[in-house]
Amino acid sequence: MATFYQLDFEKPLRDIEHQIDATEARLKELRSGEGTPGTPPFVDPPDVSGAPTAAQLTRDLEALREQHGRTLRDLYSHLSPWNVVRVARHPDRPQGRDFISALCREFCELHGDRRFGDDPAIVTGFGRIDSIKCLVVAHQKGKKTSEKLACHFGCAHPEGYRKALKNMQLAEKFGVPIVTLVDTPGAYPGIGAEQRGQAEAIAVNLREMSRLRTPIVSVVIGEGGSGGALGIAVADRVGMLAHAWYTVISPEGCAAILWKQANEQTNTAAARALRLTARDNLELGIIDAVIPEPVGGAHRDPPAAVALLREWIVAQLGELRSRPIDELVAARYERFRRLGSFAEAEAV
Amino acid sequence: MTQVQTRTWTEVRPTRKSAIPEGLWLRCPGCAQMIYRKQMETNLHVCPECNHHYRIGAAERIRQLADPASFQPLFGGLSSTDPLRFTDLKPYAERLLAEQIKTGQTDAVLAGTAFVKGRSALLCCLDLTFMMGSMGSVVGETITRSIEHATAAGTPLVIVSCSGGARMQESGLSLMQMAKTSAALARLDDAGGLFISVLTDPTTGGVTASFAMLGDVILAEPKALIGFAGPRVIQQTIRQELPEGFQRSEFLMQSGMVDRVVKRHDLRSEIARIIDYAGK
Ligand SMILES: [Zn+2]
Repeated sequence: MATFYQLDFEKPLRDIEHQIDATEARLKELRSGEGTPGTPPFVDPPDVSGAPTAAQLTRDLEALREQHGRTLRDLYSHLSPWNVVRVARHPDRPQGRDFISALCREFCELHGDRRFGDDPAIVTGFGRIDSIKCLVVAHQKGKKTSEKLACHFGCAHPEGYRKALKNMQLAEKFGVPIVTLVDTPGAYPGIGAEQRGQAEAIAVNLREMSRLRTPIVSVVIGEGGSGGALGIAVADRVGMLAHAWYTVISPEGCAAILWKQANEQTNTAAARALRLTARDNLELGIIDAVIPEPVGGAHRDPPAAVALLREWIVAQLGELRSRPIDELVAARYERFRRLGSFAEAEAV
Repeated sequence: MTQVQTRTWTEVRPTRKSAIPEGLWLRCPGCAQMIYRKQMETNLHVCPECNHHYRIGAAERIRQLADPASFQPLFGGLSSTDPLRFTDLKPYAERLLAEQIKTGQTDAVLAGTAFVKGRSALLCCLDLTFMMGSMGSVVGETITRSIEHATAAGTPLVIVSCSGGARMQESGLSLMQMAKTSAALARLDDAGGLFISVLTDPTTGGVTASFAMLGDVILAEPKALIGFAGPRVIQQTIRQELPEGFQRSEFLMQSGMVDRVVKRHDLRSEIARIIDYAGK
């Protein structure tokens, strides 16, 4: 049990894991004693010291593991919104490139935006998911420090959004469906980003994605921060992994503004108020489906997370590809057109 | 990124108070001179000494742009329902009510048909005095209906923006207004309609990153703050001094993001001229 923890709400798990570790270590000791040539066959010594027997330890281990599983299921089925945000940011959580390499049998990356440069925070390219040819667009946050810095921790620049659009239009030209994987705290706030038109790049993506004549499926796989997320998420179907978050601003940003300071308490309050969990977004009509994650989160079992994601994407693509394109584009418009909540008084 | 929103709000609130106090004279933030308030106001809320453009509300904007008595309001009956029952230090419902009482408007936008120097147009103005001109469901729906109206009627669309961005109190639904308005503009574009976007001080966040930057022609008032992220957020991120004039209209024109920087006195005639060139 060598999982790296940074999540304090997992303390009950850690306590059980320490017990498991101790039990396993003792069992191993006893068994290695058993296996040494020249020693008599293992027999439980008389219980005078209170030391556990191997049989007892085996029973304990089973019970501990059962308890661990139960606690894990419990914790992750009742995550607070702020803890959802922290799970979504878990360093071991699979990222865009992890999902791409696991989902696609081959991946032919396309780097160019034809304008300024190659933004590593957004990865685009052709790949097959099952047997379906797709254009994949994904945020990448970075794993090692050098990659994180190059990717600006998943905060894309205008050239990233423009690369995405240029390649999505390429997909449209050849009727290739588009799959986008969203995982960003937000678009990058910097001098160059502003100078090169961050706002314009995102706005143009919103406008153009709404009328692309090819099926589009988007999934928020981790963080869905504001316009930076939406900039690649105007789609026929939008899903969220169960422990992802998606809303108009990060909880810390919201807390800093509306609660005048960001700390553990205000971040928790902001995360709750923003209704940013997958379930909340489903209730608000912003997404179409919550895609389950393995028990304890995608970071505990990335292959299982990939399998669940693949299943959902393939089902959506199958259905969307069978529909006439005019109907599809019209339905996409209506999907976003009806979002919002307001009262309307009689005209006076 | 709407971090901008209330940062600009807190930035702005004192400015607004000191910029337009109730007194006869006021100190101009542009030239630090004492300006006779009435004179500034009759000068389209522009400082007669230094050309500083004061921030104005939507009703005043419409008075300035539309031919006298030509403005016919549309979609005025919309109001927010507080769909998330959002509460921060204060319930959103209370904030809304206070803003409605303060401004006499239901939300941060006014829309309607008008004539600009005799040219028919669909005119839409955001209002900074209502929750910093932020875009929630009502603003998003009003803008979208305006775009759809302009598309159906074949009328040129003029949107005057000033906003802190998407409205946090409507959370994900505010974010979706960015997609909704931008998608409506795709249809206006498909129909060959003209959209003139006018950016005024300040235009930031989710409004900039949706309809405001999608004009066929984009005009900006002088020295308006225009950007995606707010200057403070950028400064905190990069930990550097920002260049002189960064994110101001003139900077955006130099960067290729804005077509013309237009003084308030020329806005009517510039809009009319563009309609003559590009309208149907
Ligand atoms: Zn002055």
